[in-house]
Parts: sequence; C-alpha cells; structure tokens
Amino acid sequence: MSDRLTVAKTYKLYIGGKFPRSESGRSYPVADAKGTFLANAAQGSRKDARDAVAAARKAFDAWSGATAYNRGQVLYRVAEVLEGRREQFISEVATSEGVPAKKAQSLVDTAIDRWVWYAGWTDKIAAVLGSSNPVAGPYFSFSTPEPTGVVAVLAPQQSSLLGLVSVIAPVIASGNTCVVITSQDRPLPAITLSEVLATSDVPGGVVNIITGRTAEIAPWLASHADVNALDLTGAPDSLRADLERAAAGTVKRVLRTKPNEDFTATPDMSRLRAYLETKTVWHPMGV
Amino acid sequence: MAAPTTPPSALADAVRDESSLRRFLHGLPGVDQVGVEQRAAGLGTRSIKKASKLHAIDLAISMVDLTTLEGADTAGKVRGLAAKAKRPDPERPDVPPVAAVCVYPDMVATAAKELQGTGINVASVATAFPSGRSTLDIKLADTRFAVREGASEVDMVIDRGAFLSGRYGQVFEEIVKVKEACGDAHLKVILETGELVTYDNVRRASWLALLAGGDFIKTSTGKVQPAATLPVTHVMLQAVRDWKAQTGELRGVKPAGGIRTTKDAIKYLVAVHEVAGPEWLDPHLFRFGASTLLNDLLMQRRTQLDGHYSGPDYVTVD
Repeated sequence: MSDRLTVAKTYKLYIGGKFPRSESGRSYPVADAKGTFLANAAQGSRKDARDAVAAARKAFDAWSGATAYNRGQVLYRVAEVLEGRREQFISEVATSEGVPAKKAQSLVDTAIDRWVWYAGWTDKIAAVLGSSNPVAGPYFSFSTPEPTGVVAVLAPQQSSLLGLVSVIAPVIASGNTCVVITSQDRPLPAITLSEVLATSDVPGGVVNIITGRTAEIAPWLASHADVNALDLTGAPDSLRADLERAAAGTVKRVLRTKPNEDFTATPDMSRLRAYLETKTVWHPMGV
Repeated sequence: MAAPTTPPSALADAVRDESSLRRFLHGLPGVDQVGVEQRAAGLGTRSIKKASKLHAIDLAISMVDLTTLEGADTAGKVRGLAAKAKRPDPERPDVPPVAAVCVYPDMVATAAKELQGTGINVASVATAFPSGRSTLDIKLADTRFAVREGASEVDMVIDRGAFLSGRYGQVFEEIVKVKEACGDAHLKVILETGELVTYDNVRRASWLALLAGGDFIKTSTGKVQPAATLPVTHVMLQAVRDWKAQTGELRGVKPAGGIRTTKDAIKYLVAVHEVAGPEWLDPHLFRFGASTLLNDLLMQRRTQLDGHYSGPDYVTVD
C-alpha cells in the first residue's frame, strides 16, 4: 500500500455567503509558528474589499431588521457548529500560534464560550443601553440602541481564533454586518470560521472574511464612504494615524484599542457599545 | 400598403407589398448565435481605465433616458426625476444632464413643464405600452395624446403577436402610422427582444422597424425578462450600421432594462464603438433606458475623482 500524497490546500475568500477567489488572482503561503508551510490563502485586494462592502450593505437590512431573539438563535447555532469543529480548531490554533495542545484547547473553548456570551447579549442590549427618559412635558421619550451599519474589522494579528471571535461577535450581535481582514500570518482559523458561518444559519453577507495583507486593504476600507465603522484592533502601528484620518473623512465610528489586548479576560460591553447609534423617540402621552 | 415617410431608394422594393417584405426579411443572413455571444463576451472583458473611464462615465450619463414607468408614479415623483435629470449630482455642477426623461403619457405634461428650456427631451411610452395589445385607433390616439402633451420622443411597442405569427405587413403598417402620428417627435420602436425568442427574429424586427421609419430601435420595455442583453444589442447595432451603409441615414439604438452598473454600461459603450462605430457614441444615436444605472454612474464618478469608494448615501434616493 502506497502512502497518500498530501495536496497543499489553496483557500479562498468568504464574501456574500460564497467562497470566491480573490479578484486579483493572488494567493500567499501560510506557515506555522516555526515557519513550516501549511497552506495557501487568497491574497485579497481592494476590489475584494469593495465587493465585500457591497455584500455587507446588501445583507444589512435583513440582519438588522431581524428580531433580537432571532439573531440570538442564529448565533447560538453558530456556537454549536463551532463546537462540532472543535478538534479542527484546536489543531489549527496550535500550529498557527505555536502553542501546546492543552493551551490551544483552552483557547478554543474560551472562543466558543465567548461566542455564546455575545449571543446572549442580542436581546438584552436594548434593555441595558436603552432607556425611558424623564422629560418635563406630557411626552414619553424613549432611547433605543440601533446598529450603525457596515463595520470594517481589522482582526487581531496574534490571537487567531479567540481574538477573531471577540471582535466579530459583538459587531453582528447588535445587528451590524461586517467585513473582516484576518490576521495576516495566521488566517487558517478564520478560514475555518467562514466555513462554520456558511454552514450555519447566518445569512450570506453578514460576515465577510478577507485574507491578505492588512496594510494593503485597510486604507481602502477606512476611506470607503459606505463603511460606517472601523475596528483598528489588528492595524499595524505605523498605519493607525493614517487610517483614523481617512475614517474621519467619511465620519466613521472608530474603535481604538490598546495594543496586545488580552482576549482571555472576560470582556465588558465596550465592543458592543462601539457600533451602536442611539435613536430617541418622543411620543405624546394619552394618545 | 402605405409608404414609409422617407423611402430609402435601395430598399424601396422590400416595402412594395407584404410578400416582398417577407421575402426581404427572411432573406436577411441568419445570426451566428455562438459567434455573436462569444464576440459580445469578448468585448465585455475589455478594460477601460482612468481618463477613458471618466470620459465613458460622463458620456453614459449624457445618454441616459431617466425612466419611471410604474403604476405608482405621481406628479411629485416625476418632478423629482426631472430635477435629477437637470443636475444629476447637485454637489458637482460639471456632471452633464441626462438625455431625456421617460414617463407614461399622462405624466408628460408634468415632465415637459419641469424640463422646458433645459434641452432635456421628454420621452413618452405609447401604443398600449407595455403589451401593445389594443386596437390601432387606440394606439394612435395614445401617441397623439403624448405628443400633444409635449413629448418630443415617443417609445412605441410593436405587436409581438403579429410579428411572431408572420404578419409583418401589419407590424410595418402600425409603425408607419404611429410615425405619422408622431409628427416631429422622434420615434423609438421597442422590439421587446425577450419575447422574440431568436436572434434571427431580432434582426428581422430591427430591419422591419428601420424600413418603417423608426428613428431608434429599442430592445425592451423593461417589463419582460430577459430585457436588454449584450448579444441582442450587438445584433441591433449591426442593423443600424448596415442601414447607414445602404442608405447613408443614421438611426439609433437604445438598450433598456437590466443595465444597472457602470461596468455594464461601459461594456455597451465598447460594443457601440466596435460594432456600429465611433459615430454612434452620441446621445442622439445611442441611449440607455434606465433608472438605477444613473446612481451607480454617479457613485463611480465620485470614486474616480475622490480616490476612494463612494456609497449610496451620497446620491439621491429615487
């Protein structure tokens, strides 16, 4: 009996619920923490980012219009599928990040728990961040949080799964849609996450995942007039100021985070709050 | 059979009677389906960049027949559309106005009032649009009404039932009469290629409309799928090119329906240049029947000039 041949995989992007090749036709080799070749990933271009934003915009109305309860159910289902792929994630996190199996296992478990944690928030955000305002007049005044729109997320460069989940889940839990640029050198767990999303109930376009060079694609997303918010978590330090300046040109919400954020710690609501607008409604009493 | 308003001498024989018309139309060379589709797809891959792209976008904007043909149209909507036709992008006065506004006959007066003195034409659909299923008298009355209200262009539909049953004489006669009813107004003849089934039929219908005196041949009403496609437009462009070669007259082509993106529009412009010739790259000889296309053209124009991607928040909602 002969040994089986190993065929190196060449992965693709995840845009609008489909897995297209990069418009540019490029791909780049991905290595593990020791420098051994693992697979090829698609090297996304600015036009892939443009297509992803269009897909995210198209998905926004239905996703933000779904009931919070429904969004919660969809996200819980994602957590179930994540759980089903646990072994694959553990091996990918271990090779990508160069951590021992035991550590990788704990990172994957924390990532799944993190997803469930944010899924639980979907139908509680309005109660916690919204309010009934006391006003001096015969009116009811309510403030409710609303999703801001399409969010461009630069995923953390180091934490390939836990970090990724910690930046995507809060964006979509509140009804936003997103375009994610993955960790440049550790994209494999993100690619597997896109397969999880494609086989769960998340509508196509709600999460779009682009692998490639963050520094190449991020400026196009920062200046894109149809992107409403920008998460700078995985941005290279040298580029942060430029990205913020470009984002200001189209009045985006920008989430600035501390470098080397510890994703194993229990999060607070700050990432949820970052992508919300407050809508206040006045209503005459007694009508 | 009534003679066309301007009988081209070389083709006079074809319109002598119904049987010679049939002989002429069936004597036209057949369309090579695989060939025309391949050529259309091939020209569609041509890359237009930078200054050429910007020029193409401005040209496409000036060729748009900004259209609203909904049962829910109101005078307010037509006034809004007219305002947009005059200044498509209010923040950028250098954007050219569109070629025409296209509405139902009862909205013509409203549109004409708004567009008076702007050089933008008012086009009206007529002749029992979109099905064309009515008597000739009603179709002619519909046309006269539109022209009386101030339409300078009339988009008529042919009787596809008659065409497909081979009653070419009847279709010819109708176009000739409608053309008479139009007076000075330009006549665009809608072939509704989505219902004609074959490219051979599209070629025959194109020639029939040209022989009968149509100033433009238009692909579709926009109410039938498939609407305008590149290969069908190729066949029609070939017809106007051959018409020019035989008679010296210039006639126009208008694809309508389903052209929504700048990329699509530029593919059509490439086809116009390559199939008909650069002469046809002119709003007098080529039009786009569209509504959503204009917003995409404006967004692409901003993208080209601003150096970053634009979004729908920066163009008017209509």
